[in-house]
Amino acid sequence: MIWKLFLVFLKIGLFTFGGGYAMIPIIESEVVERHSWIEKELFYDLLTLAQAAPGPISLNTAVFVGYRMCGWKGAVASLLGVILPSFLIVLVIAIFFSSVRNNSVVDAALRGMRPAVVALMVAPVLGFTKGMKWSLIAVVVVTIMLFFLHFSPVYILLLSAVAGAAFALIKRKEDKK
Amino acid sequence: MIYLELFLAYLKIGFFGFGGGYAMLSLIYNEIVVQHAWLTASEFSDIVAISQITPGPIAINSATYVGYMVAGVWGSVLSTIAVCMPSISIMMLVSVFYLRLKDNDILKRIIAFMKPVVVSMILSAVLLLMFPSEESSDFENTWSWLIFSSVLYGLHKKQNPILLLIYAALAGIVIYYCPALMASLG
Repeated sequence: MIWKLFLVFLKIGLFTFGGGYAMIPIIESEVVERHSWIEKELFYDLLTLAQAAPGPISLNTAVFVGYRMCGWKGAVASLLGVILPSFLIVLVIAIFFSSVRNNSVVDAALRGMRPAVVALMVAPVLGFTKGMKWSLIAVVVVTIMLFFLHFSPVYILLLSAVAGAAFALIKRKEDKK
Repeated sequence: MIYLELFLAYLKIGFFGFGGGYAMLSLIYNEIVVQHAWLTASEFSDIVAISQITPGPIAINSATYVGYMVAGVWGSVLSTIAVCMPSISIMMLVSVFYLRLKDNDILKRIIAFMKPVVVSMILSAVLLLMFPSEESSDFENTWSWLIFSSVLYGLHKKQNPILLLIYAALAGIVIYYCPALMASLG
């Protein structure tokens, strides 16, 4: 099992181009659909937590899935799997940098992949917003705050966590009455 | 001691790197270029280019690259471990906590309130890539939009995302490399 976790995350790590968000559909297809290690609803909760914790979202997701399947050993195995491909490739590039960057085939392939990466980032947005109603207004407002007004996402996340806790406590009191 | 400095710098980057990806870029820049002067600004932009052509989060890519440039192979191993450590320890705590309390009403509500913010963070990253303020965009022409919408459609139809990425790379080679090759062959 630990070996399998390592291999699945190795595959995910190898194809995580363009940073964390673009790998969400890849993780979802491996972890939720193919191996059914995590239920779909839990997966979006997990992404929210992975985003709220420090560090890249792909590492955080790997640690959570690994931990859930096999405890801390699983977490270490998934983490190694997800970082090993990028570590080895970057190390090789650091050693022979200029020839790779100026290769026109690599450049052409990248130009094709960039819009694909953006599409991979849009997919989880659709997954998250499925079933949202009033929250969609929050999505629009916060997007404007982040993109146009350059608010720091850390404070907004913190604030929304506090608001969520307060709301739950008020609800609890009302239910007792 | 260079190893210790590298380790501490990347521990800091790992710990304060909220939001991942491009959000971490300014933090990394500040540590590597401004504080320690391990790289010049133009060498730093190489890291961004490298991160685009390699898999993996930019925080890890930069750790491996800077570590190697500053202190060789061991430097790169050390900085990569350092940048992962906060992630693994904090996320392990979060996992334990979450798996125990996942039916707790307060935790449920906190997650429900944070979800729209996470969606917005992803959306603003998408907007940044589609309409960047500086010179180059990931969407350079109609082909880009065509690839974008085909991949999105493929994802909607539950195609394997890894295969879709490979198709996009092949499409890039056909669209951008083949005409140049033909031209050079006469």
